[in-house]
Amino acid sequence: MFTLLLYLLALGGLLISYGKDRHKTRLALMKGWKAFTNILPDFTVVLALIGIMLTYLSPHTIAALVGKNSGFPGMLASSIAGSVTLIPGFVAFPLAKSLLDRGAGIMQMAVFVSTLMMVGVVTAPLESRYFGKKETILRNSLSYVFSFIVAIIIGMVVGA
Amino acid sequence: MNLLNLIKTYRYFLLIILFDVVITVFRPGTGLTIFKYTAGNFAEMLAIIPPIFLLLGLLDVWVPRETIIRYLGEGSGLKGIVLSIVLGAAAAGPLYGAFPVAAVMAKKGTKYSNIIIFLCSWSTLKIPMFLFEMSALGIKFALTRWLVNIPGILAMAYIIDRLIGEENKAEFYRRQMANL
Repeated sequence: MFTLLLYLLALGGLLISYGKDRHKTRLALMKGWKAFTNILPDFTVVLALIGIMLTYLSPHTIAALVGKNSGFPGMLASSIAGSVTLIPGFVAFPLAKSLLDRGAGIMQMAVFVSTLMMVGVVTAPLESRYFGKKETILRNSLSYVFSFIVAIIIGMVVGA
Repeated sequence: MNLLNLIKTYRYFLLIILFDVVITVFRPGTGLTIFKYTAGNFAEMLAIIPPIFLLLGLLDVWVPRETIIRYLGEGSGLKGIVLSIVLGAAAAGPLYGAFPVAAVMAKKGTKYSNIIIFLCSWSTLKIPMFLFEMSALGIKFALTRWLVNIPGILAMAYIIDRLIGEENKAEFYRRQMANL
């Protein structure tokens, strides 16, 4: 749905641009292609790593890891699972919901969802290529710590 | 010679695939699952990435640097912060889609802290994601997370901006100039 919107936007932009200035449009396409091929080698590495990660850390494994746990060890386990996995939202949210229904704590799930979205261990090589090592380490570790704060607040608001 | 270059460029990727092949030989089930997921990842990437890079190329050619500096650069103030959050939240797709966008924003003169705000907003404030989260985990959960994230993102951007160091920042901007 949103992907379709993105395509319409891109194609619409391309047509308008072509109507206005062919030369500039060619330049835009060349620039986009160059930016893409520059990053493609790192991209392929990350996508291949995610393939391995998803195999060994399937939703099933995560459920076994955090499902019955509670308290801080459970939060720690779910935060690690959230940091190293890269699951699309449409899989992650129903998974979190089903784990909640099976008795997982709200804070464990909140820290899982938050680290899943903010912390990216497998995408770190890619982030580092664009932003450098220091930014990658800073942003990911700050996001990791922050996810616990988010989880505690959600625990207070939703759990109460 | 050309092939050799290609192999060299993609050596890490090829090593991982080789590792996958070795696993497939010894554990066919596990290996095939890895290949299935890897192929799925490539399909997802190929679906979302072409329009992003197409738009980036157009943005780079058509939007003048002065415009971006005015809205997102040094001295853009609160307007720049709000715009960075909105741009990130309006995004679709995984976080890796944000990196090339941030690169073009940097090239056009966006302030460093606004780039970090944009990146963090993309990672966790995405509206499409929020709607999905709300339907799965409830409005209280989703809304609390969303609202707590905003001050958190601002704080993180401030801290990163302060700790990153001038030479790292300069290197970051230099790299984006060379890349596109």
